[in-house]
Amino acid sequence: MNLRWIAVWQRNMLVWRKLIAAAILSNLADPLIMLFGLGYGLGALLPSVEGMSYIAFFAAGQLCAATMFTASFESMFSGFSRMYGQKTWDAILYAPLVIDDVVLGEIVWAASKAWLTGSTILGVAVVFGLANSPWVLLALPAAFLVGLAFSAVGLIMTVLARGWDFFSFYMTLVMTPMMMISGVFFPAEQLPAPLLAVAKALPLYHGVQIVRPLIAGGPPPDLLLHLAVLIGYAAAGYAIAIHFARKRFSA
Amino acid sequence: MNVLAARALKKSYGGLEVVRGIDLAVASGECFGLLGPNGAGKTTTLRLCLGLTHPDGGEIELLGEPIPARAREARMRVGVVPQFDNLDPDFSVTENLLVYGRYFGMPAKAIAGRVPALLEFAGLTGRADAKINALSGGMKRRLTLARALVNDPQLLFMDEPTTGLDPQARHLIWERLRRLTQEGKTIILTTHFMEEAERLCNRLAIMDGGRVIVQGTPRSLIAEHIERQVVEVHGPGAPEVMRAWMERAKALAPRVERAGDSVFCYAEDVEPILKNLTGNGELSYLHRQANLEDVFLKLTGRDLRD
Repeated sequence: MNLRWIAVWQRNMLVWRKLIAAAILSNLADPLIMLFGLGYGLGALLPSVEGMSYIAFFAAGQLCAATMFTASFESMFSGFSRMYGQKTWDAILYAPLVIDDVVLGEIVWAASKAWLTGSTILGVAVVFGLANSPWVLLALPAAFLVGLAFSAVGLIMTVLARGWDFFSFYMTLVMTPMMMISGVFFPAEQLPAPLLAVAKALPLYHGVQIVRPLIAGGPPPDLLLHLAVLIGYAAAGYAIAIHFARKRFSA
Repeated sequence: MNVLAARALKKSYGGLEVVRGIDLAVASGECFGLLGPNGAGKTTTLRLCLGLTHPDGGEIELLGEPIPARAREARMRVGVVPQFDNLDPDFSVTENLLVYGRYFGMPAKAIAGRVPALLEFAGLTGRADAKINALSGGMKRRLTLARALVNDPQLLFMDEPTTGLDPQARHLIWERLRRLTQEGKTIILTTHFMEEAERLCNRLAIMDGGRVIVQGTPRSLIAEHIERQVVEVHGPGAPEVMRAWMERAKALAPRVERAGDSVFCYAEDVEPILKNLTGNGELSYLHRQANLEDVFLKLTGRDLRD
């Protein structure tokens, strides 16, 4: 495998480093405010959910949801700005890189940024005593995988987009409902069966199913299935994004 | 030795044939110009040669590599200055060069070592840390040129390198391009500016409708395709006066063309025309040598191409 995509990843990382204060604020402050606001607020009303305090339960969901949002925003809005507004991709393609390299670099970058969001939430959860078994360490690679899945799907949207408003369809019609049915705020199992079936077909549910047991302090049941779905979304998203990116950039 | 050889290139977009059988050969050390009106297929030809888009037919060899099969390998030794600046607005002048060098797999130290010379070449030494948005159009163009040179390419592709620049900025770019050809680099450029092509290019091809109509040195094209002298006649008077005069001019010059209120008379010897115009208070005129623009207009017509 060639490593040319790393130059694309590095480019984005360098920009991120220059704007680090704003980047950290928007990617971390938001989900943490939500975690503590909802977690303590609702937590005071609820005894325990699935044997965990509500805030620990919600921390697992919020870790995955925030990772999803960071990955999606980075691959869609920031990626589109680089591809369409700034023509950064065009400039890169004059060099000895091909569009596949750019797509891979963008996906891994957005996943990396999302991983930072997820792992910081995890760190905060550990500091606040919401998770204290060594099992939580495995949530780190899990967060990266969630990031990869959503970055890859987000990048499909990016290479298909003709304008900025295209993303609102995906955000409103896909991401928001997905967040509601994937067990982020409450156990997905209490949903009506058809909705649960939809949730199980989507990647966020499987991310939550991996991370929540780890925060609770044990191995996740059906781990291989959940991993397979996330890897499947990442791999299929990558392949589809490359297909449409090649089409767009050879015209 | 040819740095670029293209044979029978063809490319269609959505049923529209944009490039219809182009043959090009560019020798090492040349400055080769690709001229043509908007929509002639110049940019598509460049993209085909770089392997950015795949031809429907034909063969391309760039720096000895078959394109598009080994386009990446060829692009290691090529620099590109696109028609529209796409510098990275998130970075400073220096960072633009550093980041771009990475795309060629150059080690950070090697790129950093080249930066002072590149900035000097681009006349941006004092602007090393400036933001891209703070640069003038000319500075951006020069930085784009410097960026294209970061990998010390053998061959430089430039798509309309001076479009939108003021005369000072344009002359500076021309001077730098001459310096590059003196250093032995090959340049392939597209342009609308005949003056630019006449000054810079050793050889050029005029394209129209996806084909190369003529190729040659600027001088040979002028000698072969156009009469030596031109008299441009502009009529401040009534259109009928102009029309009547044009009829008379047809007897005095072998080729007379009309564009709006102006009449262009082309001839080896324009004395009869000038004699006729002397003392004619209703018409003003300009007598000059025929140039590449006259050749271009003769071959591609005076109609607008938008």
